[in-house]
Amino acid sequence: MAIDIVQKPSVGLSKIALSQTHGENSPYFAGWKAYDENPYHEKHNPSGVIQMGLAENQVSFDLLEEFLENNQEATSWGKNVSGFKENALFQDYHGLLAFRKAMASFMEQVRGGKSKFNPERVVLTAGATAANELLTFILANPGDALLVPTPYYPGFDRDLRWRTGVEIVPIHCESSNNFQITPEALEFAYDHASSKNMKVRGVLITNPSNPLGATIQRKVLEQILDFVTRKNIHLISDEIYSGSVFHSDEFVSIAEILESRNYKDSERCHIVYSLSKDLGLPGFRVGTVYSYNDQVVTTARRMSSFTLISSQTQFLLASMLSNKEFTEKYIKINRERLHKRYETIVEGLKKAGIECLKGNAGLFCWMNLSPYLKEATRESELEIWKTIMEEVKLNISPGSSCRCSEAGWFRVCFANMSEETLEVALRRLHEFMDRRRNGQVLSME
Amino acid sequence: MEVGLNNTHKFLSKIATNDGHGENSPYFDGWKAYDTNPYHPLTNPSGVIQMGLAENQLCFDLIHEWLMNHPEASICTPQGGFDFKEIALFQDYHGLPEFRAAIANFMSRVRGSRVKFDPDRIVMSGGATGAHETVAFCLANRGEAFLVPTPYYPGFDRDLKWRTGVELIPVVCESSNNFKVTLEALEDAYDKAKESNIKVKGLLITNPSNPLGTFFDKETLKTLVGFINEKNIHLVCDEIYAGTVTNGNKFVSIAEILEEVPTICDHNLIHIVYSLSKDMGFPGFRVGIIYSYNDTVVSISRKMSSFGLVSTQTQHMIASMLSQNDFVDNFIHESRTRLAHRHDMITRELAEVGIGSLESNAGLFFWMDLRRFLKEPTFEAEMTFWRIIINEIKLNVSPGSSFHCNEPGWFRVCFANMDDATVMVAIERIKSFVHETRMLEIKTKALAKTKKQCWQNNLTLKLSSRRLEEIMSPHSPLNSPMLRAQN
Repeated sequence: MAIDIVQKPSVGLSKIALSQTHGENSPYFAGWKAYDENPYHEKHNPSGVIQMGLAENQVSFDLLEEFLENNQEATSWGKNVSGFKENALFQDYHGLLAFRKAMASFMEQVRGGKSKFNPERVVLTAGATAANELLTFILANPGDALLVPTPYYPGFDRDLRWRTGVEIVPIHCESSNNFQITPEALEFAYDHASSKNMKVRGVLITNPSNPLGATIQRKVLEQILDFVTRKNIHLISDEIYSGSVFHSDEFVSIAEILESRNYKDSERCHIVYSLSKDLGLPGFRVGTVYSYNDQVVTTARRMSSFTLISSQTQFLLASMLSNKEFTEKYIKINRERLHKRYETIVEGLKKAGIECLKGNAGLFCWMNLSPYLKEATRESELEIWKTIMEEVKLNISPGSSCRCSEAGWFRVCFANMSEETLEVALRRLHEFMDRRRNGQVLSME
Repeated sequence: MEVGLNNTHKFLSKIATNDGHGENSPYFDGWKAYDTNPYHPLTNPSGVIQMGLAENQLCFDLIHEWLMNHPEASICTPQGGFDFKEIALFQDYHGLPEFRAAIANFMSRVRGSRVKFDPDRIVMSGGATGAHETVAFCLANRGEAFLVPTPYYPGFDRDLKWRTGVELIPVVCESSNNFKVTLEALEDAYDKAKESNIKVKGLLITNPSNPLGTFFDKETLKTLVGFINEKNIHLVCDEIYAGTVTNGNKFVSIAEILEEVPTICDHNLIHIVYSLSKDMGFPGFRVGIIYSYNDTVVSISRKMSSFGLVSTQTQHMIASMLSQNDFVDNFIHESRTRLAHRHDMITRELAEVGIGSLESNAGLFFWMDLRRFLKEPTFEAEMTFWRIIINEIKLNVSPGSSFHCNEPGWFRVCFANMDDATVMVAIERIKSFVHETRMLEIKTKALAKTKKQCWQNNLTLKLSSRRLEEIMSPHSPLNSPMLRAQN
């Protein structure tokens, strides 16, 4: 993705327009630039930069394409003009009923039927990016705070803060307990926000976590739910990677916890979902807010006017996701392939002398290069990152861009390339680590 | 399953709990009436005809034919399927280059190729709804304001104000000069804002106008540009109805002004909002466009477009369709012709029964003058009469007050969202109503003469098939009176 560079100062624009909160000057995006200028290609540019900073899921497209081939009738508007016309005119912010039903059903299947989803609570938005911003507008006023566990998806800095004026206060998580969220960390963050005179409006968790690539344990979810209930604040659970958990029984959705509590205190809970990761369709802009709070559902629906999903896309996906035979097969095979990729990369990194956090989900692994840092600082981390980009020609994401409180961790994506390319990346890294051990590489200082 | 919370009102944000969503406006009441009793020629011939929805349904046959002949425009067909993966993965907020090129091409052709648009200035948004909000976020801070000529599209109250905290200040336009925007009205609005300590950041015009159906002449446009340039405020031009101008050559886009007189103003102040919802009839596809002459605004709004990108599946189809000049030129021409025909037919028929409208040649609606039917020239009377139109004549039209019109008695009537037969039914209903009103007036006068009863000057009548005496009786259990204007 190319980045625009703003050169001229401008008269008469808003503070929001002139602020840096869009976040594009973070190193998270600088690596993308290096990739854009010199992208790897198996044949045409075998020494180019391999993009490992983009959490895309490319492992299961053949299944989608096969579905389209076998379901021509269902995915087209038909021979009659009325099919097309009706679809082109449909701008109701409730969304296509067939599509909402299909989304609810798909979300249930992803959770192995352990939770039920009501289509009437499904609010559609153009991507999870819009869903997270929209929820923030609804739950918090400018100057209020949302607590977010670190490390977190760099995009949150923009999505939750930019136009809303809401602040993010980090819940610090540490490698000593595998970055799990603790009640102490929650309390500490809450108190910290209060001491700065910020009203805390909610906690936002990503489960499974980006960038950790791990699910949140049931016990921890219960603790978080108890915490938000005690403080009378909201809980947003971004479950965008729920379909990428390698073994379905290892994922506990907040929906499951709420059901087990008979939906007591559920009106403070909201789930964000999208098809960008599980189905690999980021271009189609399919996001959803699923809220257990009626007023939030109504308001979110009204706000979705700013960010509706193209009815053409709703129509296509309604057809695809209501085919339970297909979705069942897709979910199962997708998990297996991601798991295999994960094992490949973790094994490969291990051979290169690099450890990763034990993960069980997602399109990436959380790699630990802290033993190789000159100092446990962000600067040292960025130096290694630069070296890896320039010498090894891999674009990976530094933990500091995810606000990780410990230096030396990196997110490495593995699902946005072919198996062959992954092998090339691993080989390069292996060779680099060898050279370094043999003192042949410019020091990492 | 839902448990009531203490302080529910404070549990959500101010934005979530205020009225900024705008749905409590009467603009939507009529829709509710329609939703509960929608007209259908066979199954519900006495239902409400929807004339409050500005949709363009006149040219779907042309689009459908094109789609049938171009299966490659869809990524779901065998012909287009090889693109599926690439398109599905593409989430770059610049948008597909071919999409931007096609939009720039279409926008140019809609303006008779009198101007060119730069594809690199095309920024996507979630429909024009998303575009307006994004532009407001870029140009104004909370509490600052845009000037907007009245009457204006009710959605602006939500789109420009709700989440942005920006204010709208009306520039009052009057029927005495056909609702033209005057320099006096602009200065007046600007000064009022200043007196209230509100900083004005821009002027928003819709050209062609919703709800008027008229477009700005070149001189007025130049005057507006001069005004904003002098005040150093932005000019946002919503040209969403550009393709509906029936005589295409007469329409002047702000882009043309800039091209004709490049030194007329600082180009950094000029921004266009566009969409395919009206010209093509694709509101469901959410194709909104921001076109700014200000590089920073292009850059920032593009970053903000992450919150409302156009589905690449749709970008791909639009790119295919709108890059084919034969199709585009023919479509634009046919659409204009059919709209003109529809517009002329309905306004002519209504004129025959003495119902006037503002002279117009654009839009998917006309601005109907029902002032003489109001009991008194007040907005209460307008609303009362509007309820009669919905409940008795069974048409959903939009009352001028919902557009912030400063004069009561005007109504926006949409005509492009139905087939020919339904238009005729609507026309007949209006004609019947006018006819019966006249008949009742005549009979009432006759009755008053012969019976020598003391009637009030204001006669309240109900349009129904009841006998005249029943209607005239003071004991008649009427609760939905028909009003006749005094003037």
